[in-house]
Amino acid sequence: MSLLSVRDLTVKFAMRDGNVTALNQVSFDLARGERLGIVGESGAGKSITGFSLMNLLSSPGYIADGTIQFQGQDIVNLPDAKMRNIRGNRMAMIFQDPMVTLNPVLTIGQQMVETLKAHRRLSKAEAEQIAIMKLRQVYIPSPEERLMQYPHELSGGMRQRIVIAIVLLLDPELIIADEPTTALDVTIQADIMELLLELCQSAKVGLILITHDLGVVSQMTDRTLVMYAGRIIEAGSTREIINDPQHPYTQGLINALPQQTAPGQRLKQIPGSMPSLTAVPKGCPFEPRCAFATDVCRSTPPEIVRHAHVEVACHEVNRLHAPQQEGQSA
Amino acid sequence: MLAYLVKRIFQAIGVMFVISLIGFAIQDNLGDPLRELVGQSVTEEVRQELREELGLNDSFTKQYTRFLGNALHGDLGTSYFFKEPALDVILKKLPATLELVFGATLIIVCLSVPLGVMTAIRPNAILSKFIMGASIIGISIPVFLTAILMIYVFSVGYGWLPSFGRGDVVHVFGDWDTNFANVDGLRHIIMPSFALASIMLPLFVRLIRAEMMEVLQSEYVKYARAKGIRPWRIYFVHALKNTLLPVITVGGVQIGTMVAYTILTETVFQWPGMGFMFLEAVNRVDTPLIVAYLIVVGFIFVVTNTVVDLIYGLVNPTVKLARLGA
Repeated sequence: MSLLSVRDLTVKFAMRDGNVTALNQVSFDLARGERLGIVGESGAGKSITGFSLMNLLSSPGYIADGTIQFQGQDIVNLPDAKMRNIRGNRMAMIFQDPMVTLNPVLTIGQQMVETLKAHRRLSKAEAEQIAIMKLRQVYIPSPEERLMQYPHELSGGMRQRIVIAIVLLLDPELIIADEPTTALDVTIQADIMELLLELCQSAKVGLILITHDLGVVSQMTDRTLVMYAGRIIEAGSTREIINDPQHPYTQGLINALPQQTAPGQRLKQIPGSMPSLTAVPKGCPFEPRCAFATDVCRSTPPEIVRHAHVEVACHEVNRLHAPQQEGQSA
Repeated sequence: MLAYLVKRIFQAIGVMFVISLIGFAIQDNLGDPLRELVGQSVTEEVRQELREELGLNDSFTKQYTRFLGNALHGDLGTSYFFKEPALDVILKKLPATLELVFGATLIIVCLSVPLGVMTAIRPNAILSKFIMGASIIGISIPVFLTAILMIYVFSVGYGWLPSFGRGDVVHVFGDWDTNFANVDGLRHIIMPSFALASIMLPLFVRLIRAEMMEVLQSEYVKYARAKGIRPWRIYFVHALKNTLLPVITVGGVQIGTMVAYTILTETVFQWPGMGFMFLEAVNRVDTPLIVAYLIVVGFIFVVTNTVVDLIYGLVNPTVKLARLGA
């Protein structure tokens, strides 16, 4: 049994002039202890996928269709109280900006103890002992003193470590990390990612890492989903996707990395920008920016199918990748 | 902390100085105190003598310096009407006013928090819409009209509550008689307190609602949900504590304002407090009493604001009072 199984997940936003589809029939699985990266541009639906898994979409967003099975249990229609028992307990989330995720008027200790007490019957002293242990695990110096401190007394990197410690409090089976290092200094970013990887590996915790950084994905995850305009357009093992991307968009993303360009040269960017969710083309969403688009791309949205080692949603993938081509393909 | 305190106290003294100057300066324009003091049958020579005796012929600066010197010794002049030190007259009336303000504050605190939180959590509920509508009416109707309406309905109409006075008060000590010790006293203070609260309460409900709605959108509230915290704890611990920070600041100023609003409420309910006394003093052109009242009310204002700033530092951990003083 897989840890998480998402089928045809569709999320809509009820707007004044009709519904906007933010997630379109997203399906994927996650095995126990597996680490999955979700990459894509801003607005591709990465974060919405994360919040849907926690059943924490804020209105006007809602899950319109599909199922999310967490350890065999469908959580889409779970009553609020039951879902609350899962959140923070068996499934925990790390938010993007540690400067605003911790409550400014509660001490670190209060925010840790309340999380434990929400899910287990513990005395305050017992809860504090667990909190101190977890703070040690994320390499926070003098954890006993931290419990008395307020978030504003700590640096951004320190705060994100504390958020990670809070996530670990109840030994969850799945951690969803929504761009956990975007708001941090570059030097701290690597530390935090390393810490996260180490903790996930040692405790066999499933991880869903939402990011726009392909470099991070390649170091951290076993499998990768590439999202575009609310759909999964390519999915497979991270190594295959990085080394041999099949979808023209993924190829464009990898070619746009600075490592792919000689110093002093212009970065190879993908022309155009992602369509607004209110005006997604009726065919392939990437078609307006794609150099290989044909008539069928303009008229019919592509199905996601198995190709080579990955799954990919592209009509022209066979033409692009018939046999392994020489040189650059995009 | 100490440096901040000292700084605040110096500021307060400066404000008090300005208030005394303004208060003293207007007394020249309040009419001739001699007319009230001696009536019409007294000859002009006697009047001049009295003027000289009272120091009314001295220059403004001389009069003001004398006033200030006396004020520093706790002497704010002698009431022409009561023939007693003005400060004593006011202090005798002060407990009644403070009890009224306390009653109104109690109503505001007890009602505005639940109502504000409720209307923020369920903005579309019919009850919330009713509360918001009623709050607009409450803000719009002047206090004296609310007070008269209440008397008309609850005293004249149903006869449930007494319409004037403090009723059966219990002596505590000194000049302090309390309304909060027996049923009759409580029955007398209910309507004046609600009348006094009628403007501030809707204001606070709306303020708490607006702040709360903003806080509920914040990341840390979303994060608390992601931790599996129960909704009541999110509302009343995570959100409310952040909501109250700006509310406390406004609240402190408003308590001072309420002392001033008591003039209307006390007059309608014939409440024997400072406000009622002030209105009588104006009618009698009892200038020393008027000036003393202005100074005492200004003093209450300054003290409440200073205390509120200090409390704010205690509630908000990001304000380090020690750092502010440096």
